[in-house]
Amino acid sequence: MQGLDLSVVLPYADVLAMGVWWTVLLTVSAGALSFICGIVFAVAVLYAPAVVAYPVRFLMWMFMGTPLLLQLFLIYFGLVQIGIDIPALGAGIVGLGLHFAAYNADIIRAGIVAVDIGQTEGARSIGFGRWQTLRYVVIPQAVRNTAPPIGSNMIALLKESSIVSVIGIAELVHSAQLAISETFRPFEFYITAAALYYILNLALEAGLRRFERHVEVSR
Amino acid sequence: MDFSLMQRVFPFFVEAAFVTIEITALALFLGLAIAALAAAAKMSRSTPLRAIGTLYVSLFRGTPCLIQLFVLYFGGPQLGINLEPFAAGVIGLGLNIGAYMAESIRGALVAVDRGQTEAARTIGFSRFQTLRKVVLPQAARLMIRPLGVNTVALLKGSALVSTISVVELTYTAQRFIGSTYKPFEIFGVAALLYMAMVYAVVRVVDLLDKRFAIA
Repeated sequence: MQGLDLSVVLPYADVLAMGVWWTVLLTVSAGALSFICGIVFAVAVLYAPAVVAYPVRFLMWMFMGTPLLLQLFLIYFGLVQIGIDIPALGAGIVGLGLHFAAYNADIIRAGIVAVDIGQTEGARSIGFGRWQTLRYVVIPQAVRNTAPPIGSNMIALLKESSIVSVIGIAELVHSAQLAISETFRPFEFYITAAALYYILNLALEAGLRRFERHVEVSR
Repeated sequence: MDFSLMQRVFPFFVEAAFVTIEITALALFLGLAIAALAAAAKMSRSTPLRAIGTLYVSLFRGTPCLIQLFVLYFGGPQLGINLEPFAAGVIGLGLNIGAYMAESIRGALVAVDRGQTEAARTIGFSRFQTLRKVVLPQAARLMIRPLGVNTVALLKGSALVSTISVVELTYTAQRFIGSTYKPFEIFGVAALLYMAMVYAVVRVVDLLDKRFAIA
């Protein structure tokens, strides 16, 4: 048994800071991807012809029905086998992004259905095309109404981004592991990493709350 | 696609899936017990108990499950806690999902109309009797769905224990890739088994929900 000494963490502050930076970068890019793909999937499931809608539904079902860890392995190690070689960072962003896109699509789909039919009728009667109605009238309202659950998906994404450390992306967990391999102090570094995640989480929550209030006011 | 390979490895994967089921079931029971305690603590009249419940839920929901497993399994020995991978996996997953389930339970209890509590108290029920005979029976129905969602998350999250070398489905898949170099087929089989298990949980939750729905 080895005592605890949190001061061993200090010399590695810059390593951990780099880890935080990459975690933020991953979360932001995968979050953006999950949001955009979420809207695309939702629209495809609702309005696309069956040949597109069914594969998309199957894809969503697969992303929601299997562990993210397995999906990352499949994207990173599996796609190479069929000639698609993406670097680890790309695989991490795509894996995280598509995984949460499926969850976002589920929410946005419900949001689109919940927009009053009068909105569509109104837009159509003043001469908007089908696509314009969707683009300028329905989707903005659907996204606004579903901001809170999409926000909690983003918080989940931030935490789940820790999993991409297994395919070798140098984010926060990976930085902690690097420091541990030199110091043999797993407890101190993992607790520090946990604390950093907690702080990132609080910051994201505060940001989301502000954003929600902003959306609320502009209504 | 090498279907004969998929066929060959299938029996080994089914065996590994049973380890995944075992670990999920044990973590589920542990998580439910912790969640009930945490929800009770969060709703209690004692300030220290409320603080402990709130802190537990906030810390375990606010940090990644992977890190929690690592702290327990790799960091534990520094504090004299030496756990086998399987035990660390069950305890880590249970502690993590317990925090989410505590919120599901609390949410259901809060969702029962206040008038129910007020009426029960007015006719002379004690706080405990009100909870036991009036609020809980109504809240139990409302818990089925959210706890079901938590259970599906737990089942998928159990893949994380492969990183602390518990030989379950995901770990087995990784091992077979080392010897076959056919990640697509191997992960495909594992994914199918996970989907089958998730489907089974969803079906059970649907049945329970229908069974206890108000006619």
